[in-house]
Amino acid sequence: MKLHRSVIPTLLALLFVGGWEWFVRFGHVNEVLVPPPSHILSWFWESLRNGEILSATLVTMRRLLIGFAIGAALGIPLGALCARVRWVRDTLGVLALGLQTLPSVCWVPLALLWFGQQESAVLFVVVMGTVWAVVIAVQESVLSVHPLYLRAAMTMGSKGTHLWTHVIFPAALPGILSGMKQGWAFAWRSLMAAEIFVVILTGFGLGSLLHAGRELLRMDQVMGVMVVVVAVGLLADLIFFAPIERWLRRSRGLER
Amino acid sequence: MSSSKDRATPAALTLRNVTKHFNGAAGHVTAVEDISLDVREGEFLVLVGPSGCGKSTLLNLLAGLEHTDEGKIQLGEEPVRSPGRDRLVMFQQDALFPWLNALENVMFGLRLKPDLTEEERLEAARYYLTLVGLGDKEKARPHELSGGMRQRVALARSLAPNPRVLLMDEPFSALDALTRDQLYGDIQKIFMNRKKTIILVTHNIREAVCLGDRVVLLSPHPGRIQQIFDIKLPRPRRMNDPALATLAAEVTAALSSHLDSSKIS
Ligand SMILES: Nc1ncnc2c1ncn2[C@@H]1O[C@H](COP(=O)(O)OP(=O)(O)OP(=O)(O)O)[C@@H](O)[C@H]1O
Ligand SMILES: [Mg+2]
Repeated sequence: MKLHRSVIPTLLALLFVGGWEWFVRFGHVNEVLVPPPSHILSWFWESLRNGEILSATLVTMRRLLIGFAIGAALGIPLGALCARVRWVRDTLGVLALGLQTLPSVCWVPLALLWFGQQESAVLFVVVMGTVWAVVIAVQESVLSVHPLYLRAAMTMGSKGTHLWTHVIFPAALPGILSGMKQGWAFAWRSLMAAEIFVVILTGFGLGSLLHAGRELLRMDQVMGVMVVVVAVGLLADLIFFAPIERWLRRSRGLER
Repeated sequence: MSSSKDRATPAALTLRNVTKHFNGAAGHVTAVEDISLDVREGEFLVLVGPSGCGKSTLLNLLAGLEHTDEGKIQLGEEPVRSPGRDRLVMFQQDALFPWLNALENVMFGLRLKPDLTEEERLEAARYYLTLVGLGDKEKARPHELSGGMRQRVALARSLAPNPRVLLMDEPFSALDALTRDQLYGDIQKIFMNRKKTIILVTHNIREAVCLGDRVVLLSPHPGRIQQIFDIKLPRPRRMNDPALATLAAEVTAALSSHLDSSKIS
């Protein structure tokens, strides 16, 4: 008999949650420090009812989307420029490579000094988290476009802007997309860091909710928010990146 | 050999002492050495020679995709510096764009011709796709086509924009004999009607003699012109013409005599 693909993961997940619940209840574990799943669930239900989690998620998503959009909008042309112009690659490209390894929390102190406890401070941190990964990915994927495509296009009279929009970008698209995905992951992380470390006066996001949970010693809240953060990340991948990637792979015959 | 002085038609492409070196992983290679040649406007020139004798390199130089180390190449009066629409290349590998379907691939070159309307372009693209026997495959992406079909789309893509000079690198090598025979006829028709200049590379001597006004035999290491054959048979020529077989035997003899002598030395 052939089981559906989701059967085993579901069973394992249930087993894990059940085991956790059982362990906390009967294992003499401090329920304040390690809340059982039922507590997390009831916190979640409660915060759903009073709208807390929803509004926090919306605030966070808004920041994430705006920050990511700015980061990508800056990163794509800068990456293309790095690929096109040697000296830009040797300066900005190297800088991007270095800054990409810098954890974006490191930008928080600067952001606070420059922008204060404002929306712009969080956005700055998110953009700094996104842009360098996108720059590197775009640069790499543009540089690795197969020269045969360029030659074929050039002998048909394509050059300059036409060559970029009709050949280089389409050819580099799979690489650019995976760079965007990485940029998205970085943006998400830097946003959480910013929200946890900084009290932003202009909005109460998921990170702030998590931080508040710690202050109140509500570990059910802390873990509940963590679950939401993971779920949002997964969902973004499932409904946004995965379909685009699948379509790209299928239309070019790259599917395994 | 024929001198270029007694030709009435002007030279479309002029090569003077063209030399090209490569420094690859396998060391230094002189791919093409001291090649001088006039290709007349409206001439069908075929390059033959053993593998690695610099045929593709020569086409790339003519296309402006590579630069000569010594000597110069001119298109009419203009030196060839960069690739351009007037010298379209059909590459040895098919080089189709995987993000476009067959029709869009053929449309690519046509869309770069500003003097055509979109309907004229579509019509031309469909005409050439049908010519190569792929009228029913216009929606197919390159990966959904067989190797021979891809090569045919590439052929349609290079014919459709009707360039002044067409540079073709073994365009028929991946085709079955039947399609090939049919395309020999079609390409001769296109050549005679449109009066374009075609330079074609092939390993098939019969094909060379069937298509070429002149057949240039190159010798390898370094790539040089060994001999040039004038083919004076009337067009359209057919592959099974006995006169063609006689000429082909002559070229083959010249080719193999060179191969033998290079083995002894
Ligand atoms: N980019 C390159 N770098 C280094 N060496 C090269 C390069 N391109 C060609 N060569 C060398 O130049 C010589 C001529 O190559 P070319 O591709 O022009 O041969 P060809 O006549 O087209 O051969 P074939 O009939 O097999 O296609 C070969 O020895 C090859 O190794
Ligand atoms: Mg070749």
